[in-house]
Amino acid sequence: MQDKMIARAKELLRDGAVNRVLGWKTGEFVYDITPAVFTSAEELDRDFVFDAFTAANLSKYLVKESKKEGKVLAFLKPCDSYSFQQLIKEHRVDRENVYIVGIPCEGKVDIEALKARGISGITAIEETADAVTVKTVYDEDITVAKQDVLFERCVNCKSKKVVICDEMLGENGEIVDSDRFDAVAKLEAMTPDERFAFWQNELSRCIRCNACRNVCPACTCEKCVFDNVNSGVEHKVAANSFEESLFHIIRAYHVAGRCTDCGECSRVCPQHIPLHLLNRKFIKDMNELYGEYQAGADTETRPPLVNFSMDDCEPSIVYQRGGNA
Amino acid sequence: MQVENKEFKPLIVAFCCNWCSYAGADLAGTNRLNYPADVKIIRVPCSCRVNPMFILRAFQRGADGVIICGCHPGDCHYTTGNYYARRRMTALFSMLDYLGIEKGRTRVEWVSAAEGQRFAETMNSFVSTIISLGENKRLEDLRCKTK
Ligand code: SF4
Ligand code: SF4
Ligand code: FES
Repeated sequence: MQDKMIARAKELLRDGAVNRVLGWKTGEFVYDITPAVFTSAEELDRDFVFDAFTAANLSKYLVKESKKEGKVLAFLKPCDSYSFQQLIKEHRVDRENVYIVGIPCEGKVDIEALKARGISGITAIEETADAVTVKTVYDEDITVAKQDVLFERCVNCKSKKVVICDEMLGENGEIVDSDRFDAVAKLEAMTPDERFAFWQNELSRCIRCNACRNVCPACTCEKCVFDNVNSGVEHKVAANSFEESLFHIIRAYHVAGRCTDCGECSRVCPQHIPLHLLNRKFIKDMNELYGEYQAGADTETRPPLVNFSMDDCEPSIVYQRGGNA
Repeated sequence: MQVENKEFKPLIVAFCCNWCSYAGADLAGTNRLNYPADVKIIRVPCSCRVNPMFILRAFQRGADGVIICGCHPGDCHYTTGNYYARRRMTALFSMLDYLGIEKGRTRVEWVSAAEGQRFAETMNSFVSTIISLGENKRLEDLRCKTK
C-alpha cells in the first residue's frame, strides 16, 4: 500500500494537480508516527510511511492546510473521512483546495498493547489481514493476532467506508455492525456510586495536557473556553480527585452531535483515560432520544443539538430512564 | 468543647428566563408567597441562554442545586429557545447522571409569568429535594470556592 501511495502522490505532484502531500512520517521510533507535509518526490521516497502504526487522523490538519496557496493531497482512512466531511458541514475547510485519496483500513496497532505483551525495541512492523509481525532490536520476529493489539476504536470499528474522496486507492469498505455502545451500557447499569467511583478513578489521572482537545478534529475553535484565564482553574493543580470533571464534561459536550467517534482523543491520552466512553454516552443518548445520527456521514442533516421537535422528551426523563437509581 | 449543630443551608442557583419565570418570581414576591431565601435567582434573557458551563461553574463554586426555569414550550419569547434548551439540558443531565452525580441536583421547570404560586411551589419542592440530598461534594472545585 505504501508504495502505491507514494507512486500516486508523485504522479499528482508531477502533474501539478497538487503542490504538497499530507501524510505520515516516522519519528524517532517506527511506532512514533507523526503527520507531515511533503513537497517533493525525494521527500516522499525518503520519509513517507503507511503501515499498521500510521493511526493519526489527518483531517484536522486540513483546516489550516486548505487555507494555504494551492491544492493539497490528503490520504484519508474511513475514520478520517467522516471527520473531514463533518468539517465541510461546519464550513471549517475549503473542499476545493483538497484532493482526497481514500485508503482502506484494516485497523491500527496500539503500541501500548504491544508493550503490555512484553514486546519492546520494535524496529519494523508488517501486517496481514489478521496478524502483525514485528522485528525487534533483539533479533526477534514476533507474530501476534491483530485483534489483540488494535486500538479500541478499531476493535469496535463503526465503518470501513470512506465517505468522501476524489479517488479510492484500493477497494472501499462498508459500514460495519459494531458493539461500540456496550461499554457505555455496562456503565449505565451500575449504581450511581459505582459510576462515580469509576469516573473519579479515571478522571483523577488527567494531567490537563489538553492533548485530547488539541488532536480532536471536532475541536477547531480559534479560542477555546479552557484557555480562559478568568476561569479560576488556569494553571492550578487539582485539589481533589474529581476537579477535572468540568473539563471533561464540557469537552465532550462541545463535540456532542459533532463527534464522529474517530477515537483520536482516547488514542493520544498519555494517561489512558477512556474518553470515548464520554463521547459515546452523548452519541448513544441522542440516538435513543432523537433518532439515529452519525456525525460526518453526510453534509445535509441537522445535528441533534441544533435541532428540536415539539414533542421532545423533558429533561426529567433522565431520572426515569433505565439504569440504576 | 462546644459542638455546633449547624443546620444544612443549601445554596440554590435558579436561572430564570426574563419573560416568564423571572416575572413569575416577581409575582410570587408581590403576592407574598414564601420560598426559601437560599434560592439565588440569576436572570437570563431566555432559557436557551443557559450554557451547560454556567451550571457546572455554579456547582464548582459551591451551589448544591441548580434549577433552570423558562417559558412553557411553545411560549418562548424567542419562539424556539426553550426547545433547544430542553434538548441541551436533557443531554447534560444524562451525562451528569452517567458520572454518578446524584439525580435531582439539577432540574428544569417551565413557569409562566402568571404562575407565581407555581414558582413558589417549584422552589420549595426543589429546595427540599436538595436538603435531602445534602451538600454537593461531587462537583465542587476547591480551587474556585471562595469560602
Ligand atoms: S471527541 Fe474524540 S472521538 Fe470524537 S471527534 Fe474528537 S477526537 Fe474523535
Ligand atoms: S489527553 Fe488525557 S491527560 Fe491530557 S487532558 Fe486529555 S484526558 Fe487529560
Ligand atoms: S424567552 Fe423564556 S424560555 Fe425563551
